[in-house]
This record gives sequence, structure tokens and C-alpha cells, in this order.
Amino acid sequence: MELLTLPFMQRALAAAMIIGLAAPALGIYLVQRRLSLIGDGIGHVALTGVGLGLLTGNEPVFSAIVVATVGAVGVELIRERGRTSGDLALAMLFYGGIAGGVLLVGLSDGSGNSSLMQYLFGSPLTTSATDLMVIGGLGVTVLAAMLFFRPALFALCNDEEYARVSGLPVRTLNLLLAVTTAVTVTIAMRTVGLLLVSALMVVPVAAAQQLTRGFVSTMTVAMLIGVGAAGAGVLVSAEADTAPGATTVLLALAVFVATALAASIRHSLHRPQTPPTASEPPDVVLHA
Amino acid sequence: MSVVAVSHLAAGYDGREVLRDVSLSVTAGDVVAILGANGSGKSTLIRTILGLVPSRRGSIELFGTPQKRFRQWARIGYVPQRLGAGSGVPATVGEVVASGRLARRGVFRFPAAGDKAAVRDALTAVGLLDRIGDPVTTLSGGQQQRTLIARALAGKPDLLVLDEPNAGVDAASQEAFAAALTRFAGDGGTILLVLHELGPLRPLIGRAVVVHDGRIAYEGTPPEPAGHHAEPDHEHLHPHAEELKAGICEWAPTEGTKAY
Repeated sequence: MELLTLPFMQRALAAAMIIGLAAPALGIYLVQRRLSLIGDGIGHVALTGVGLGLLTGNEPVFSAIVVATVGAVGVELIRERGRTSGDLALAMLFYGGIAGGVLLVGLSDGSGNSSLMQYLFGSPLTTSATDLMVIGGLGVTVLAAMLFFRPALFALCNDEEYARVSGLPVRTLNLLLAVTTAVTVTIAMRTVGLLLVSALMVVPVAAAQQLTRGFVSTMTVAMLIGVGAAGAGVLVSAEADTAPGATTVLLALAVFVATALAASIRHSLHRPQTPPTASEPPDVVLHA
Repeated sequence: MSVVAVSHLAAGYDGREVLRDVSLSVTAGDVVAILGANGSGKSTLIRTILGLVPSRRGSIELFGTPQKRFRQWARIGYVPQRLGAGSGVPATVGEVVASGRLARRGVFRFPAAGDKAAVRDALTAVGLLDRIGDPVTTLSGGQQQRTLIARALAGKPDLLVLDEPNAGVDAASQEAFAAALTRFAGDGGTILLVLHELGPLRPLIGRAVVVHDGRIAYEGTPPEPAGHHAEPDHEHLHPHAEELKAGICEWAPTEGTKAY
């Protein structure tokens, strides 16, 4: 544990834990909306931003945030309008984003491959003090927005039409989710990498909902699992000399397997002895 | 006072015009049932009134304000046909019903004691207070429907708009919710509802509107239960007799419905 006295280790741990809290807090809304893979798509797009930053000599995090935000808002507008072509549009975005990123990173004069790997799979130990300030500031903002607007975001993701008839600012809330997705993906790329960031949004939620009965409890447990997996991922990977991003995601998946097993055991123990009482009448009315 | 005023409305989806020329007026305290066959446009009518389907021609006014400029959405409680399919993220009955307070409270304020009390009142009104902490997915279809009515009631609306609230609902739920609607109407509330069959709601309904082929085919007293059906003044219903039968013939007074 003397690792914890090392400043770079402390920064890596702090960054990972902020993301471990923020990613599931946002991810629960994406899962509720059946957009579990959107984070992945936006991650691909962010890579183009990283490439642009490296090529132009700007901080890659900022150019990635800008490009990812444009991509996320674009996806949201396509979803809002078309709905049918959304799937295909998303696929285009995936491939365009990653191809653009690989191309631009290659064109930049830095050591192309190693920096590419760093963004695709994360390298938390290289988190600088400036990085930590950016991650901390943006991560806490995302977290605060997800918690503060929880009733409205829950209503939106649970039943968009009802939210509309309630007079909620549906489009603004949708764009808020799109922008926070882009921001979360980008700040998480240092910790788990762009290809694994979506896992930190989705897997803790999937694990939590095996155990919980309500939305607030699911969100709370998912955040605990997220922060635990992210923190443990950094520590375990430093001790065992494994890839930090992959370690974090595998730890979260292990929690999922454990909670799913626990839920199925509990389910088989508490199997109801009597069939459900309220039987539904047939939808069709037969006339004598 | 005019609650809903629709004049020469046309609406539809992707090139297909579902409503051609519909005019409808609902005043405070009315209980109006919209009847019609599947595909007649009865659901489209209320969805257009609520702004979920864009109108093509004609005008819609809500509480005297043109729908495009209407902002007092807390005055309307909407009950959709069913709870969203659900994505696996659990939500309790209480959490779903609490969404009904947002129209009144707004996005920027935290729930207060009054919000919690309104949620409990609404769940009491539909007889589901004991299920407040249960995941909605563990409820029967009828109980989920009552949850949606409680969500609408929690906002303390002046107008309830319901889309086929009793489709595939068990008898206990039908009664619980006929009672909730009766109480709402008794307190001076206005109700506009799409129905496939009148069922136990029949005694509550003041006026029936039959939508056929995108137009209003009949407007007046609700069709009487079997027996009165053959009376001369019901002759004009016959082009639509098939669909109306569903609302008439299977209905017969029972112990439960006499109470209303």
C-alpha cells in the first residue's frame, strides 16, 4: 500500500473514483432508455477529436470534448427526428469516428501507436495535475447534474411522451444527456480508455439492478459499484502490473456475475407458491 | 368554461391522414368518451389534442389558449395506454407516480412534503398505497394501469385524458379505477377518455363521441346497454354497429357497477 503515497498514484486513484461515480450516474439513464451502446459510439467519435488535438498541437481532451459533443448532439437530433434510421446513423458514426481518429493520430508527428493505445485503453498513471483538475471539475459537474435533475430525467427516460405532456423541456433534457455523455466519455478515456468507457456506464447499473427494487436505490448501488471497481482497478493493476482499464472493467463484470448469481439464487428460494392472483380478462370480447 | 375546443382538425402520420375533419368541444365538468373501431383515429384525436401528434389543419384550444401557446400543462393529467415496455432498470410504484408532480413543481425544485403527500393521496385513490415501494414490473396489467392513473392524479389536474384505460384490465382494477374517476368527476374534474368498450365506466359518461374514418360519426348520449339498442333513435349508429357492439352488448349491470 506504499503505492498510495506516490503522487501519480493518488492522482490516478482520484480521477478513477470521480469517473467511477459519474459514469454510472449518467449510465442509468442511458440504460433506462435502451441506449446502452451510445457511450461506445460517442467514444469512437471522441477519438477523432483526440487525433485533431494531437495533429494541431492542442490538448487532446479539449478537442475530444468538442468533437464528442458535436457527435452526441448529432445522434440525439437524428434520434429525435427519424427514429428508424437511427441505428444506421449510429453505425456510420462509430466507423467514421474511429477511422478518422486512427488516420489523424497517424498523421500527427508523435509516436502514433503508443498514444493511440493510451487513448483507446486508458493510462491512468499518466494523469497530470492539470488532467486531474479537468477530470474533477467536469466529473463533479456531470454528477451534480445527474443527481439534481434526477426526477425530470427519470420521467423523461421512463416515458418520453408523458414528459412531453407534463410540459417538461424534453429537448433540452435530451441534449443535456447527450452533452454529459460526451463529457463523461472524454474524461473517462484517461482511466478506462475510449473503447471501454461505455462499460463503466452500463455494467455497474446492470449489476445493481439485480439487487434493487427502485430507481434511486439502483442509482446509489450502481455508483458504489462504479467507484469501487474504478478504485480497485487502479490499485490491483498497479500491484499486479495489468492494464488498468481492462482490470477495472473486469472487476465490474465480476460484480455483475456475482449479483446476477445472488439474484437467481434468491429468486429460486423465494419462488411464489401460489400463481399470481389477479388474472386478466381476454382482450377480445366474444359475442354470443 | 371551455376546456378543450377542437375545430376542423386534421392530423396523421407520415403522409397518411388519420383525422380528416374533427370538431369537438369539452367544457368544465364534462365526462366525454371517444369511441370507435381500431384505426378509426380515436387515439390519434387525443394525441393530437395533447400535442404528441402534429395537427395539419384546424385549431386546438386548451383552457381557452391555443395549444401552441399553452403552458399550464399541470392542469392536464395524461394516462397513456400502458406503462413503457421497461428496460430492466427497476422503478417503484411511488417513483413512477412521483413523476406526476413534475408538471406542477417544475424541473428546478426538489420534491417537498406536499409532493410526497400528493403521491400518497393519488395511490390511495386507486387503492394501491400498500404497493408504493414495490417495483412496477411486479404489478398486474390492471394495477400498472392504476399506477398510471395515480401518476396523472398526483398532479391534481383539472382535466384527465385517458387512452383506453380499461383495455385488458382485471375486474378488481376496473372497479378501483371507475371509483377513482367517479370521485375525480364528482369533485368537478373534466374527463376525456378513449374507450374500446364502456364497461363499468358507463354510468359516469355524460357524452359519447364516435370517431369513424377520421370524422365524428355520432355525438350524444352514450349508447345504452343491450335492450335499448334497437330503439329507433339509435338507427343512425348502424354503419358503425360492429364496433359499437363491443361497447354495448357485453355490458350488463352487476353488483359492482350499481354502486355508481
